[in-house]
Formats: sequence, C-alpha cells, structure tokens
Amino acid sequence: MIKLDNVRKSFDGEEVLHGIDATFEAGKCNLVIGKSGSGKTVLVKCIVGLFKVSAGHIYYNDTDITRASKKEMRSLRQEIGMLFQGGALFDSKTVEENVRFPLDMFTNRSEKEKRMRVDEVLERVNLQGQNLKMPSEISGGMKKRVGIARAIVMNPKYLFCDEPNSGLDPQTSLVIDHLIYEITKEYNITTVVNTHDMNSVMEIGENIIFLHEGCVEWSGNHENVLTSDNRLLEDFIFASSFLKRAKEALVQDK
Amino acid sequence: MSIFTSIGRYMILMSHIFSRPENGRMYYKEVMRQMNAIGVGSIPIVALISFFIGAVTAVQTAFQFVGSFIPPYYVGYVVRDTMLLELSSTITCLVLAGKVGSNLASELGTMRITEQIDALEIMGINTGSFLIGPKVIAAVVTIPLLVVLSAALGILGGYMAVATSNTIKVSEYLRGLHAFFDPYYVTIMLIKALVFGFLLTSISSFYGYYVEGGAYELGKSSTRAVVISSVAILLADYVLAFLLT
Ligand SMILES: Nc1ncnc2c1ncn2[C@@H]1O[C@H](COP(=O)(O)OP(=O)(O)OP(=O)(O)O)[C@@H](O)[C@H]1O
Ligand SMILES: [Mg+2]
Repeated sequence: MIKLDNVRKSFDGEEVLHGIDATFEAGKCNLVIGKSGSGKTVLVKCIVGLFKVSAGHIYYNDTDITRASKKEMRSLRQEIGMLFQGGALFDSKTVEENVRFPLDMFTNRSEKEKRMRVDEVLERVNLQGQNLKMPSEISGGMKKRVGIARAIVMNPKYLFCDEPNSGLDPQTSLVIDHLIYEITKEYNITTVVNTHDMNSVMEIGENIIFLHEGCVEWSGNHENVLTSDNRLLEDFIFASSFLKRAKEALVQDK
Repeated sequence: MSIFTSIGRYMILMSHIFSRPENGRMYYKEVMRQMNAIGVGSIPIVALISFFIGAVTAVQTAFQFVGSFIPPYYVGYVVRDTMLLELSSTITCLVLAGKVGSNLASELGTMRITEQIDALEIMGINTGSFLIGPKVIAAVVTIPLLVVLSAALGILGGYMAVATSNTIKVSEYLRGLHAFFDPYYVTIMLIKALVFGFLLTSISSFYGYYVEGGAYELGKSSTRAVVISSVAILLADYVLAFLLT
C-alpha cells in the first residue's frame, strides 16, 4: 500500500502539484488520470523518489520515503518496477540484455534460470523470439512492452506504469492493460498506472484519481465514472460527442 | 549555473563514484568494456599524432642546432625529454579530451535525457558509481599506457625523420637518446597521465550526467565537457610543473 499525504512539488518556485492526498492499495490497479500537463508524470516520479517532494509525506506501508536515507531508498527500489513514458530502454543493449539486466545486477541465478525467466516475461508481453533485436530495431509499442517486461522481471511489489498504452493501437493496448491487471492480482502488487486512455479507465480502473492542474479533482472507480456529475471529469473522459452519447446510453441501460 | 555551484556539484558527484558497487562482476565487466573503448579505441589516433610530433620536433631542433655550437646528438636528447616531460602526456590527453570527452558526455547525456539513468536509479543502482566509476578507472589505467606508447612512438618518429632526411646522423640521434637520462622524467610523465586521465573522464562525465533538456542542451554540454576538461588539463599541467620539478 502506498499513501500520499499532502504531497507538493514545485520547480523553481512554480508549484506543479498542490497537495495531493491519495491511497493506492495492494492488489489493485490504481489509476492516475488527467489531461496532458496535469502532473501525472511528476506525481509518479515523486512517489518513486526521482523527484524530491517540496512538502508532504509518501508512505510505502509504514516507511516514509521522504525521510528515508539514500541507502534505505535503494533497497526499497529493488522492490519497485517502473515503466517510463518513453520506455527508457538501454539503447546499447539488446532486448534480452535489457530485460535480464536487473537479474544480472541483483540475483545470483544461473545463466539458465535467467534465460528462462527472460523468455517467460517476454512471452507475457508477446515478444517471444525478439531477444536479439536492438531497441532501435523495434517499434514504439514493442519498446513499451520490453519496458514492461523489464519492470516485472524481478517480481516487484510495487509497479508504476507511466502511460503504458500511449501510442499503441486499441487492441495491443488492451493486451497490455490485461497483462498489468493480471500480474497485479497474481502477485498482489501495488500498481499505479498513469493514463489518459479512456479504454484503460473502463477496463482496469479499480481505484482512480483524477488530476486537474495539479490537484485531485475527483476519485472513485470505473463504475462511479459513469455516474459522476463532475463536469471536468466528464469532459475529460467523454471528450467527444460520440462518447457522451455512448455514456448516456450506458447509464440508461443500467 | 555559476562556477562555484558547478565545482560543488562536481565534488559531490566525485564523492559518490567510488562507493561499493552493487554487483562486482557487472562492474568488472563494465570496467573492461570501458578500457576497450577508452584505451584500445584511442590507440590509432594517439599513435598517429605522437609519431608526427616526434618527427617534427626532431626536424625542427635539428634545423636550429645545425651550424650552432650545440653538438648534433642533442637532437635525440631534446626529442626524448620533451616527449617525456610534456608532449606525450599533455598532447595525448588534450586529444583524448576531444575524442573521449565528447563521447562520454554525449553517451551519459543521452542516457540522462532518455531517462535511462532514471531507469537505473529505479532499480536501486547507484548510477554515479555504476556509470562513472568504471570510466574513470578505465581511464587512469589505460591513459598512462597510451602515454607510454605515445612517448615511444614520438621517439621513433624522431628517428624516422632523422633517418630519412640529411640533417644529422642517425648514430648521433641514438647517442642523444642515451644521454643524460633521468628516470624521474618517466615518473613525471606517468603522474601527469594519471591526473589528466582522471580529470578528463570525470569532468566530461559530470557534464553528461547532469544534462537537462534535450538534444540542444546535449550538444552544448558535450562541447563544454571538451573545453573545460582541456582547460583543466592545462591548469593541472602548470601546477604539476611546479610540484614535480
Ligand atoms: N523537470 C521539470 N521542470 C520544470 N517543470 C516541469 C518538469 N517536469 C514537469 N514540469 C511541469 O509540470 C507540469 C506537469 O507535467 P507532467 O509531465 O507531470 O504532465 P503529465 O500529466 O505527465 O502530462 P502527459 O500526459 O503529457 O505526459 C507541466 O506543466 C510541466 O511543465
Ligand atoms: Mg506524463
């Protein structure tokens, strides 16, 4: 479980996050949604400690990471997997080397065990047989999936995905969403997903916080989204008139 | 960033680069990879430049000594000592500041702006130590070797120049090479190589590691890495000249 208590973040005196309170539970897909520029990436980077918060506290179970030493932070991080918005693959390494890197670094497993684990996670993201490709030789969506494979290879307790399906077609996007959902349930992971993809919201949104200009504007789950009368949320999720009509039809059906 | 902030951040980064590696084997592999890139990869350019510098030094001193009261065998002596004392270490490291420096700065800078460094941090890796440590270690081991090679090839270059022109006799050049030899000069050369190697890799890595922004800033950083490490080498050269002689 991760708990945020009044998290603030400013850059050069300009505040980007204005006091975020939230709870992300284990075994659930927690979604952070919001328009481009609303502060999703900054929030996740604060939670994983890449950015220092300007004020507030972030608790992983009972540890307050805003007060943790560098060393404590490093050991906590071995339980964290993260998918970056741009993939952040090591471009001098092959797909396989990217995915096995955490295994090489932190485990004493044998060569064979490592290879098996790599093949296993690559298969989960539908990339079997792509082991020897370089990141420059695969598509954007494939890079994302390699990023996910690398994030989950160590069986993390906490998984952060910054826009796992931006730039993917709706079908692949769903595959990724389901993958994230399954491993969250399977290993009881605390998963936080940044997204502005309305399909993901409906598919896996068990606990959603909606950011608007650096504040939590709304929170709930995918069922509540349909019935909420928050204007900003409605405008964000049901942006097109087509979706607005679809929503009305859905609500009437119930 | 003011110069004092830069120096402060550089010092802090340096205090991290030699902390205990997370995984000794991976670290060792990385050191070997960097030795190959920095050391072996620089042999051709260092060889080429040193050979010609030696040759030019020989021809020019010979030209100045001919007809004077200075005995011609002094040419060999001058070539040897200028190579040992100044040219091999300083010129080699200035060249490497350009070649290796820009390379390191852009490699680390790209890793920074494409979030690869963040990805390593997230895994719990001390990136200062994992990314910069091996480069610095590789440099302080291989650059002195390159400098030794440079001195040898410079002296050989002088020999070839003397042998293929009719300035002085080859035997005089060889006699000069053996004259007034002070082994301490070799020590000076190696100390300089070590210091310059450390400076050029650590400064360039520093500029790459802290890039913020995109391709434009990356370009600027990599230029700055080369300029500042060259200046640092020259300053250190001056300081060492006082300290060591
Ligand atoms: N390193 C930084 N320095 C200064 N300002 C920043 C920095 N990173 C982000 N910001 C600012 O913080 C705000 C939120 O940015 P953020 O990247 O979190 O948006 P986002 O919600 O992830 O958007 P997107 O969906 O486009 O990825 C933006 O206004 C941005 O200008
Ligand atoms: Mg973002």
